[in-house]
Amino acid sequence: MTDVAWIDAALTSARPQALGALLRYFRDLDTAEEAFQNACLRALRTWPQNGPPRDAAAWLIMVGRNTAIDDIRRGKRQQPLPDDDHAISDLDDAESELADRLDGSHYRDDILRLLFICCHPQLPATQQIALALRIVSGLTVKQIARAFLVSEAAMEQRITRAKAVIARNKVPFEAPGAPERSARLAAVAAMLYLVFNEGYSAGGDSADLRTPLCEEAIRLARLLLKLFPAEPEIMGLAALMLLQYARSAARFDESGAVILLEDQDRSLWNPTMIAEGLALIDKAMRHRRTGAYQIQAAIAALHARAATPGKTDWPQIDLLYGSLEILQPSPVVTLNRSVAVCKVRGPQAALDMIAPLAAKLANYFHFFGVQGAYLMQLGRGDEARESFNRAIALANTTAEADHIRKHIDRLVEESRTKLAAER
Amino acid sequence: MLYAILCYHDEAVVGGWSKDEDDAVMAKLAVVHGKLAEQGRLGPVARLLPTTAATTLRKDDPPVVLDGPFAETKEQLLGFYVVEAENLDGALEIAQDLGRANPGGAYEIRPIGVFHGVFKP
Repeated sequence: MTDVAWIDAALTSARPQALGALLRYFRDLDTAEEAFQNACLRALRTWPQNGPPRDAAAWLIMVGRNTAIDDIRRGKRQQPLPDDDHAISDLDDAESELADRLDGSHYRDDILRLLFICCHPQLPATQQIALALRIVSGLTVKQIARAFLVSEAAMEQRITRAKAVIARNKVPFEAPGAPERSARLAAVAAMLYLVFNEGYSAGGDSADLRTPLCEEAIRLARLLLKLFPAEPEIMGLAALMLLQYARSAARFDESGAVILLEDQDRSLWNPTMIAEGLALIDKAMRHRRTGAYQIQAAIAALHARAATPGKTDWPQIDLLYGSLEILQPSPVVTLNRSVAVCKVRGPQAALDMIAPLAAKLANYFHFFGVQGAYLMQLGRGDEARESFNRAIALANTTAEADHIRKHIDRLVEESRTKLAAER
Repeated sequence: MLYAILCYHDEAVVGGWSKDEDDAVMAKLAVVHGKLAEQGRLGPVARLLPTTAATTLRKDDPPVVLDGPFAETKEQLLGFYVVEAENLDGALEIAQDLGRANPGGAYEIRPIGVFHGVFKP
């Protein structure tokens, strides 16, 4: 790898820790970001000649802090200098000593805080995601705009607005207590899963553009897991993302239409990601502290472990969805459970299960797709076609609509064959 | 003589590589691997999953299972090779070839005392 590529990777990986520490020191996101930016510019100038420092994050924190303080002293910024009370107490001139101290809990809370401010409850999901990608991951506005399929100007505005919300609210700088830390962790986990889904739920036509979102979410989940290595729900989250993302290459056909799990070419699944996902869910289960991510990961793991669709352990998946319904009741969970129920107890049982959901999911594409599939299996072709038509009307992507159209084509084909046979 | 070449690197940096960067490194390494295999000097090669996937069994009485790798270090054990070389100079030469294909981090060259299993020449 060239020097520049290496430095780039080192700066990206050091970013959350360095920016988190600078934010703790300056208590102002803009100042911290500018300080980090200046430190990166300095790194690009000096590292190729002097070689990379032993601890890139510590180097960036120190240089970033010093340049920002110089700027403030020279009156370039209005920002007051932080009081000594608030200063980073573990910043020292000796880099090695600093590095040792940074490995401690400060660093963990710094990164968690940086992620946590992106999950402000006043921010809608899309703004949380955009902000996290900009601040924590350091993606450019252009990259984020591309992933969201919006213009750069629109994305710039979205991020500016989100930052304004954060600036108006007090950022929680005190080191959190245990309950607060676990609440932050849960919020951050939810936000990372949003980032992942924003990438994963894209249709076949835009999937390539959005995969960076999935990869970034996985990278941040691994980072979080490194900071909290014994948290089963974080293991579950990382496992869930890895097991789902492992199927990427098999999810769409050449025309971009969805391929259902049971029709996917399993040889296209990524075995390394599956191995990592299975390792993580195995580890998580040993803790015997269940949670929604772990259950969803366990379901994904059962699919991953089945060599062929026929070998899928549907009764176990049904049970796992049952636990998820108790833990996190939602019509969508019940709808997903019905797919397992259909395999175990047949389409009529599945149809009965989703009947009470009709009102709540009246605008949900998947509800009608699934309902149509059960009706089709029961030989109720006309009703099935009606469901499929409603699904197409509600489809979010052309890939979804195309997939349903295939069902309708099959129904039409079947009725033609039937008619021909009757004649 | 058999040597283990233990590969250490900051896994956050390696994990931050894009797929293209990762593929490029792997392609360069494959050339070196091919050369070694041709000479019958390449034994088992492994790339390890991230340390977050690791579990440690402390052989206390009773044994304790811990999440994470055995040692928390700045650079992590990310993989290893078993190679056949005449002496340390030969092993270092192999390590340097590998290092040119995959710069950054460090290789620990460790002579192997006992080796069970198959060494495929």
